[in-house]
Amino acid sequence: MKLIKLSILAIILLFIWFAQSHFDAYAVSILNNIAIFAILALSYNLINGVAGQFSLEPNGFVAIGAYVAALFTLPAATKIDMYVLQDPSPLVLAMHTSFLPALLLSGVVAAVIAFMLSIPVFRVRGDYLAIVTLGFGFIIRIFAMNQPAMTNGALGLNDIPDTENLYWSGFIMVVTFVIMLNIIYSKYGRAMKAVRDDEDAATAMGINTFWIKTYAFMTSAFFEGVGGGLMASMLTTIAPDQFTFLLTFQLLIIIVLGGLGSMSGTIVGAILVMGGTEWLRFLDQNMDIFGYNTGAHPGLRMVVFSMLLIVMMLFARKGIFGNKELTDIFRRGK
Amino acid sequence: MDILTFMQQMINGISLGSMYALIAIGYTLVYGVLRLINFAHGDIMMVGAFAAYVAHASGVPFELSVVLAIIVAMITGILTDKIAYKPLRDAPKISLLITAIGISFFLENLFNVLFGGIPRAFSAPDYLTRSIHFEGIIIPMTVIIIPTVTLVLLFVMLWILNKTKYGMAIRSLAFDIPTVKLMGINADFIIMLVFAMGSALAAIGGIFYAISYPSIDPLMGVIVGLKAFAAAVLGGIGSVAGAVIGGFILGFTEIVVVAFMPELGGYKDAFAFIFLILVLLFKPTGIMGQDLERSRF
Amino acid sequence: MILELQNITMQFGGVTAIDDLSFGVKAGQIYGLIGPNGAGKTTLFNIVTGNYKQTKGNVVFNHEEISGTKPNMIVQRGIARTFQNIRLFKSMNVLENVLIGYHNQANYTYIESIFRLPRHFLYEKKIKNEAMEMLERFGLADLAYTNSSSLSYGNQRKVEIARALATNPRLLLLDEPAAGMNSSETEDLSNIIRKIKDEFGLTILLIEHDMKFVNNMCDIVLVLDYGEEIFEGKPSEAIVNEKVVSAYLGDFTNA
Repeated sequence: MKLIKLSILAIILLFIWFAQSHFDAYAVSILNNIAIFAILALSYNLINGVAGQFSLEPNGFVAIGAYVAALFTLPAATKIDMYVLQDPSPLVLAMHTSFLPALLLSGVVAAVIAFMLSIPVFRVRGDYLAIVTLGFGFIIRIFAMNQPAMTNGALGLNDIPDTENLYWSGFIMVVTFVIMLNIIYSKYGRAMKAVRDDEDAATAMGINTFWIKTYAFMTSAFFEGVGGGLMASMLTTIAPDQFTFLLTFQLLIIIVLGGLGSMSGTIVGAILVMGGTEWLRFLDQNMDIFGYNTGAHPGLRMVVFSMLLIVMMLFARKGIFGNKELTDIFRRGK
Repeated sequence: MDILTFMQQMINGISLGSMYALIAIGYTLVYGVLRLINFAHGDIMMVGAFAAYVAHASGVPFELSVVLAIIVAMITGILTDKIAYKPLRDAPKISLLITAIGISFFLENLFNVLFGGIPRAFSAPDYLTRSIHFEGIIIPMTVIIIPTVTLVLLFVMLWILNKTKYGMAIRSLAFDIPTVKLMGINADFIIMLVFAMGSALAAIGGIFYAISYPSIDPLMGVIVGLKAFAAAVLGGIGSVAGAVIGGFILGFTEIVVVAFMPELGGYKDAFAFIFLILVLLFKPTGIMGQDLERSRF
Repeated sequence: MILELQNITMQFGGVTAIDDLSFGVKAGQIYGLIGPNGAGKTTLFNIVTGNYKQTKGNVVFNHEEISGTKPNMIVQRGIARTFQNIRLFKSMNVLENVLIGYHNQANYTYIESIFRLPRHFLYEKKIKNEAMEMLERFGLADLAYTNSSSLSYGNQRKVEIARALATNPRLLLLDEPAAGMNSSETEDLSNIIRKIKDEFGLTILLIEHDMKFVNNMCDIVLVLDYGEEIFEGKPSEAIVNEKVVSAYLGDFTNA
């Protein structure tokens, strides 16, 4: 059992090493993108799939993570040159660390904000989390636009050091995956599932459901933040308008396709959706169908993806993996 | 600030509040009956505005375009329920919320493909867009017409809900769908009615929005929808009167705060969110609401 | 007295569901709450478990006032319950359902489970052993890895009781434990309840409509009608009491 798990991990790590050193730049960039989206989707699945609390938070926390990591990795001199709307605040100039601590700080800041949102939201039952987190994505944008001394406003941040590569994203993806499984197969993961299945019954078992939901939400936010930090370094340039609901929507498709509550499914979903987004690129462009030129249709891909999401929910709600893990195949019986 | 400017701002507040109120009613009705945040509701408002735009642009008189827009929005609302929500009535809540988001995203992107993302100018007849001058205050006709129509519609809604058998059925569905079914009420028909009414009001709200701004785009429903939902929660979700009160409070706040503290102008769109958080912290049932979740055991 | 209810009144809107009700349950008793539908029995359970806050009155458990305590904290103080309509965690197997009951006895932190530190393994092993022992007591050990939703009705009831016992209660509230069971299943259940009561030194407060079961099991019954007490005493005396019979009418003819 242990041997199987370790060998799966070893194969993935070997593949990451092989890909980074042998594949061409385009292939590596796609894999890099898949790995980052997998990190985001894995953590998103914890709050949505495992704990069953419908949240629309990722774009907000990814934005926070991206900004924190960018501000901590950009050198002070670059900041002074870049901030044209207002001079950077002394705090912004003082922020400087290397990449790894910056990533951790991205996660920590996102988790702290998640905790602050938990207090109003998890006191009430039901779906307020969805609307509050949806609103939160907009608020972050408004904040980033209106605090030019902190964020350089609408202009965003450029020249973010591109430390990130497939080693970083691949390794952090593996770590995220292992941690998510560790949570699921512990009393905390069981309690999250209990809250998802029947919150009143979970309370009747002595479980403090507020804290269980908050743990799931904070953990989710932490890894969204880290993923955001990786994304900032991958893109090297970020702006407030970049972290829209589209990002959250892509992650939602990934976890629904892979299976709500299944981390193995999430990895498969990330590969399919990110690969599919690349493959369906033609939909948004000019097409000649029997000599009839359709013209460019930006957004057609998203029409297809939103229909896919609705059809999945109506006819294949369990997704590819249901709520099972790859390891459950070996775990069966005793 | 002198008294004239103050009056001017008050009038603007009433007008903006009316628009939020019209859209908030749709959220509150659907939530009251199905306990579902209909994420697509803001987009149905957008569909209504676009329908009026397309009809009017292709030569249909404006008044008739409004009627057509209401019908298109009602059909969109009903179809949304029939296709995406009805098959999932017994499924876990999260499935419904996911399809609701799916429909919302679908409508936004479909209209983006059909009409492009660039805002389009929305033209309305002169009697709606001109202003009258009264004792030094400039009063656009919209700020008279919008609140008047809203109030009339509100009274019609309250009459339907409180005095007709359909209204009674809607209110009883809010308590217990299976029991209501047992009593011989066609629950599916009543739910359809709720979506139709909410969508019609959303279309009117959308057209008002389009006249006031005066432009429309496929994403116009997102932020307005979000604010209207916050208004519904503030007023007490499930309560129509509450939705209207919440809408007015939010509208006034946005106008007044920006008028008195222009430096906060950039944060205008954040007020709804702050209200939402404050209500959840201090009075989750809102101003007029009752605890819809009580009879759980 | 392990549980004392003092002058409990519960109003919903303008409707009085329970009206100035007082009674006490002695340690070791099996105490029955009976009465027609809508008499306020389940409401009373929800008050004891902290799900409802009574309009007036006190709930004293183990000489401490517990009203106002959060439901999950009341469980930790030693009151566990089952539900009228069985509410197992449907996506989980039988063992996991029972393990949920041991949640607060597995003394490791979130961080310890994330990094798989030694205490995680220590306590997971401990509660898993205890959960298996619990299942054996109920004759369910063979079904440990079966999904809870595919069990027979009678077995689902047993899992629900096992799960409640896992929280290590002193007082167990059973809401219609025999509902929907045939007579042999009811017989089986009665034996198990008696056995666990002795083994764990439990006090049991139960709601039940099956008068044969009540007669068989309960030391004392309290008969409620429209939120008011109309009788408290031995079950055998309840069924011949005039007020009780007139409140109940049809229901007793089955007994």
